[in-house]
Amino acid sequence: SSWWSHVEMGPPDPILGVTEAYKRDTNSKKMNLGVGAYRDDNGKPYVLNCVRKAEAMIASKKMDKEYLPIGGLADFTRASAELALGENSEAFKSGRYVTVQGISGTGSLRIGANFLQRFFKSSRNVYLPKPSWGNHTPIFRDAGLQLQAYRYYDPKTCSLDFSGAMDDISKIPEKSIILLHACAHNPTGVDPRQEQWKELAAVVKKRNLLVYFDMAYQGFASGDINRDAWAVRYFIEQGINIVLSQSFAKNMGLYGERAGAFTVICSDADEAKRVESQLKILIRPMYSNPPVNGARIASMILNTPDLRKEWLTEVKGMADRIISMRTQLVSNLKKEGSSHNWQHITDQIGMFCFTGLKPEQVERLIKEFSVYMTKDGRISVAGVTSGNVGYLAHAIHQVTK
Amino acid sequence: AYRTDEGQPWVLPVVKKVEQMIANDNSLNHEYLPILGLPEFRANASRIALGDDSPAIKEKRVGSVQCLGGTGALRIGADFLRRWYNGNNNTATPVYVSAPSWENHNSVFMDAGFKDIRTYHYWDAAKRGLDLQGLLNDMEQAPECSIFILHACAHNPTGTDPTPEQWKQIAAVMKRRSLFPFFDSAYQGFASGSLDKDAWAVRYFVSEGFELFCAQSFSKNFGLYNERVGNLTVVGKDADNVQRVLSQMEKIVRTTWSNPPSQGARIVATTLSSPQLFDEWKGNVKTMADRVLLMRSELRSRLEALGTPGTWNHITEQIGMFSFTGLNPKQVEYMVKEKHIYLMASGRINMCGLTTKNLDYVAKSIHEAVTKIQ
Repeated sequence: SSWWSHVEMGPPDPILGVTEAYKRDTNSKKMNLGVGAYRDDNGKPYVLNCVRKAEAMIASKKMDKEYLPIGGLADFTRASAELALGENSEAFKSGRYVTVQGISGTGSLRIGANFLQRFFKSSRNVYLPKPSWGNHTPIFRDAGLQLQAYRYYDPKTCSLDFSGAMDDISKIPEKSIILLHACAHNPTGVDPRQEQWKELAAVVKKRNLLVYFDMAYQGFASGDINRDAWAVRYFIEQGINIVLSQSFAKNMGLYGERAGAFTVICSDADEAKRVESQLKILIRPMYSNPPVNGARIASMILNTPDLRKEWLTEVKGMADRIISMRTQLVSNLKKEGSSHNWQHITDQIGMFCFTGLKPEQVERLIKEFSVYMTKDGRISVAGVTSGNVGYLAHAIHQVTK
Repeated sequence: AYRTDEGQPWVLPVVKKVEQMIANDNSLNHEYLPILGLPEFRANASRIALGDDSPAIKEKRVGSVQCLGGTGALRIGADFLRRWYNGNNNTATPVYVSAPSWENHNSVFMDAGFKDIRTYHYWDAAKRGLDLQGLLNDMEQAPECSIFILHACAHNPTGTDPTPEQWKQIAAVMKRRSLFPFFDSAYQGFASGSLDKDAWAVRYFVSEGFELFCAQSFSKNFGLYNERVGNLTVVGKDADNVQRVLSQMEKIVRTTWSNPPSQGARIVATTLSSPQLFDEWKGNVKTMADRVLLMRSELRSRLEALGTPGTWNHITEQIGMFSFTGLNPKQVEYMVKEKHIYLMASGRINMCGLTTKNLDYVAKSIHEAVTKIQ
């Protein structure tokens, strides 16, 4: 007999299931809109030019493969912090922050979650927006925290339920943890406007909440890295000492290289040193020290003026293509004769779009048109190209008219 | 970490070659790997541990999870065991770590949630060797289903491994007492110079029908330290059990790092799946192992020639990167302060730090420490 007889089969990953079904489909017109990775206008993965250049530069340096420090590559963590906070940030310049390298967004979120579980004694509750990225819940749960929610998305308008969010947040018990998506909310694509962020900051400050920002799309949302980091920087300026998870998977196309960072804004540099020591104690028994490749590439790009400039142009290019696909989808829907209001498609931002399609409509899209998306009606705009946007509009119109 | 005779880090020639191949391959991109890792890496890595002709592989009852280094493999295994082994979420299952061991073993299992971490006798300081009887006694006394962390070869920090005969005795007790073997294999190939020899214990346990975990690191034997290349090999009773185990490990990976880094896995997979590159790699590994073995024999012969009090055969009988010299804390302090030779208070030295240039100095310094300080 086996030690494992009682081990249940884990449920299949919902998003992977979409891709599996897509792969099996023989329809030449098929579209995979579940993919959470950027595609170019030919539907192909895109390796940024600045990444290729950085890789060539790194190769020419013929560096050794010695272990990184537990907290990661210093040039990378410093540049990540500066990217998020802004070079003029008082918090950055004073050194009252600590940034450790994490395994992309997930790993950084998990380090933060573990840190809060161990050191944030005021509460065990993490408040997530409704809905949030599917993996947030199990990450915090596995770290030993409990999940709560605040209203966020309004399915009636396919936009932000701002009054609902403000109402719920104003009632969150003091000193709880609240998670906010810095930009390009996943999965809805619905972000607060700047005036709304200001009100959110005020209520969060009033309730004395621990703010955890998840920033996986800086630069990728609007095309402007400063604009996308506006909320993070505003909160810090308001005296809110946030914690922050960053990912370079999407904005640098470094998905499989796992480049990310976790930052804690502290009262002062001394506190930052103490926090850093505890973060290292958490990291060591997880994987000892982080992988170098992605961090080195990101660091080379961020710290080499020419490459950084090129990167900013390329990330804007990706964001612009997404925005243009949104525009084309809406205009194509109009051309199809759809009478529905599709404004939310262009109002929403980032890689994902909550179409508002119902499960039955999604099922028809999959079965009759080979257009694959998750049951909640979320599409990855990155999977849309000028070659297939017309087909997509046609298909959506057929199932919604 | 390994050092050359010039005291420098060494990027393996085969690694340089493969990295160039990867850089020149324009069909490659940076897309996500699957959650469990690069398939070609996983299969090859487990094959290296268990052997080409492993019955377990033939019977399809081996699973693999690409992890971040040996540490990552230990952690995923530990997280899984805490959730699913010996009941559901049984944090009370005792976990036994050798005395001494790599200090991170404790932290890995503690952070995975285990509440009862104990030591088992291992190092006999008096005779400077394995305390087999103490070890076997601890296994006899251990509650059934206890987990034992076993070093597959090149025990860290003592460099003292059980002989095959001793491993057989260990396996017999573990089988009878229903103890779970969790192997930590960080030095396969690096210890003796032979992949098969260094995997003997793991393979023996598999042949004895154990279900086991083996955390593999490719940090040392591929010199890929900072790429974080590791593999958790799972051997189960049958394919169905292994499949369910892997599906749950996938959930654990998803909330820890989502999917593993691709660079290091690509290098290892490419190397292991090409007969020519594989041979080249084995040659590189033997180069490292041979240098360490040479330093051991040179150090020992110098100490014996100097007539340094005590016996020094343990220097060549121990294996791998580390050696428990037997120097006591005061003697170590002398080495550090007076001779500027840095070693651990436990008397552990990293053999990789020895070079033809410093052998004489180190031998003389040990001689001084032992004769001047008691």
